[in-house]
Amino acid sequence: MTEVVFYIFAAIAVLSAALCILQRSPMVSALWLVSTMFSLAAIYVLLNAQFIAAIQVLVYAGAIMVLFLFVIMLLNLGDAGSDLRGPSTVAATLVIAGLLSVELLALTRYTPRRLANELSQWPTFTDPATVFVAGQVTQQESAARGVVGALAAPLFQVYLIPFEITSVLLLAAIVGAVVLAKRNV
Amino acid sequence: MLLGPALALSAILFSLGVAGVLLRRNAIVLFMCIELMLNAVNLSFVALAQLHGASGHVMVFFVMTVAAAEAAVGLAIIIGIFRHKQSIDLGNINLLRG
Repeated sequence: MTEVVFYIFAAIAVLSAALCILQRSPMVSALWLVSTMFSLAAIYVLLNAQFIAAIQVLVYAGAIMVLFLFVIMLLNLGDAGSDLRGPSTVAATLVIAGLLSVELLALTRYTPRRLANELSQWPTFTDPATVFVAGQVTQQESAARGVVGALAAPLFQVYLIPFEITSVLLLAAIVGAVVLAKRNV
Repeated sequence: MLLGPALALSAILFSLGVAGVLLRRNAIVLFMCIELMLNAVNLSFVALAQLHGASGHVMVFFVMTVAAAEAAVGLAIIIGIFRHKQSIDLGNINLLRG
């Protein structure tokens, strides 16, 4: 059942992403990208990342895409002409993207079992559950303390300093955006 | 577990994002394709977090923060360019060409 739902949402995500890069109007593109992000949020739920799914809808599909739509409406880009590059670039793009996807798809042949085999010292050792203990621990943690609790502990203990540095990054982005957008640059 | 299919979906979405960046000349669509690539990377982080614990979820947090900052600054730059050129077609933006 989980797999069927996964494949349905995966198909929606790929189709929306393809339509997003092929639509002429930036507005329609942005709406297809929102559709991709919603189906990715559904996939996050299937992958046991419920809190990340909520953040995905709030931050990506909510905040960031609203920013994009605001700028598109502000610049009045509703019906621009076709902006595809020339045929030689299209051919090169197909080759590059095809090669890249083949390379990345080849990586998915690394199943957990095979990774466990290569990571463990003993070649006969085949149980992935005993090599990847951290995933099991996280699942038990989220069963015991809730989904948010399992994420809060590493975020505010192990990754506390990166988390605080993030606030400096956001402040710099706010100041930069205000300065850039206020006057002629 | 759904690890392999999720990584495959991530690979396809990333390649679509790369294709969009190479294919389009509209600066805003280009930014949206970059967001698509960041989303694909997030998906592989979440998929691998099933094996490696909650660190992957924390990384997704940081990627989202960087994406938000990048979108805010990038769109401000686009607005600045539009004021100058009345266009956001990347073919017309060649200030740095020697």
